[in-house]
Amino acid sequence: MNPRRSYAAGTGLFILLGFAALAYLATQTTSLVNFNSGPSYDVTAEFTSVGGLKDRAPVKMAGVRIGTVKSITLDQKSLDAKVTLAIADRYNQIPADSYAKIMTSGLLGDQFISLSPGGSPDNLKNGSVIANTQSALQLEDLIGKFLTSGGSKSASGSSK
Amino acid sequence: MKQFAARLFDPLVDGLADIGRTGWFLLGLLAALPRGLTYPRELLRQLWFVGAKSLIIIMISGLFVGMVLSLQLYYTLSIFGGTSALGTVIALSLYRELGPVVTALLFAGRAGTAITAEVGLMRATDQLSAMEMMAVDPLAFVASPRFLAGVIAMPLLVAVFNLMGIFGGHLIGVTWLGIDNGTFWSNMTSNVSVWTDVINGEWKALAFGALISLIAVYQGYTAPPTSEGVANATTRTVVTSSIAILALDFVMTAFLM
Repeated sequence: MNPRRSYAAGTGLFILLGFAALAYLATQTTSLVNFNSGPSYDVTAEFTSVGGLKDRAPVKMAGVRIGTVKSITLDQKSLDAKVTLAIADRYNQIPADSYAKIMTSGLLGDQFISLSPGGSPDNLKNGSVIANTQSALQLEDLIGKFLTSGGSKSASGSSK
Repeated sequence: MKQFAARLFDPLVDGLADIGRTGWFLLGLLAALPRGLTYPRELLRQLWFVGAKSLIIIMISGLFVGMVLSLQLYYTLSIFGGTSALGTVIALSLYRELGPVVTALLFAGRAGTAITAEVGLMRATDQLSAMEMMAVDPLAFVASPRFLAGVIAMPLLVAVFNLMGIFGGHLIGVTWLGIDNGTFWSNMTSNVSVWTDVINGEWKALAFGALISLIAVYQGYTAPPTSEGVANATTRTVVTSSIAILALDFVMTAFLM
């Protein structure tokens, strides 16, 4: 084999291998995997607080991933957080009065939106608004409640 | 006293002068780069030499680094009960730090030294002067292709290194230590991002590639034309590039965070 051709072939192989490796790393080991590019419809929900919810966080129903958080904005009128959910088109049988809750995976994990089914015969469709929502559970609030309730108990005890 | 001061400051001034001369050399090299592109065959030959022939060492090192990372991190994470984060931690440490730095150090040892020795011997055997006599600019014909080849090869080598590292980490973490395959990948894919992690590391790789090839070509170009001179220049290439890589890595990490 002509040495110049073997250089060229080897170098070409090296460049291809390098770019293939880079493409694999970028698409298979990063959050791009979760990027749902299939057809989807948008549903909005308002929360008093979204806590640490981020764009592209998963939307799950019964633990199954059915969509992603598309955007989080502040509603200027109600001063609530307005979250737009992109739900995959194939999940089009979700009752319209479903209940949206912000949950945390594990004790310190990422936050996601969990949908619990309602009983309405109508289904969610593009532009629907989810009325029943529950905001993110804030660990600080919980600790605060725990401390104040503990304090009031001891205060009532001393007044007796 | 004066002699003492001179002995103390002379190496310092020498070092500064060396940095300054490398800077001047870089300017000349950059000016010659467009003319260097008129020798694509030479660039191809250098890419083959510094890139393709470094693949084996990079792949084996990547595999072992990933494997040892998996073992060590599993031990540390199990203290905190967080072994499900193993995939994430392996990927982040590889992409952001270990991939670019270890590949660069290996690259300096494997390709940088060879470039310095080759160019140094060209200088010693008057090949560079001969080129000038034939109106061929050695900066364009000798230095530019080697510099460019380093800049192109490093990011690709880093990608291969990272891939092998992930593979090695997966091998130990999932096959040997028994972490769930799905947990390993899903934790990684939900916490590693393309722009801040993968591409960040590639910027580093690009900068390290330019730095190593610049130092290697400069040292060869300015090596005294004796066997001892070439030997010293080769050693200096490894020492200088290693220190420069680690220092630049710190600066780049601080900026790219």
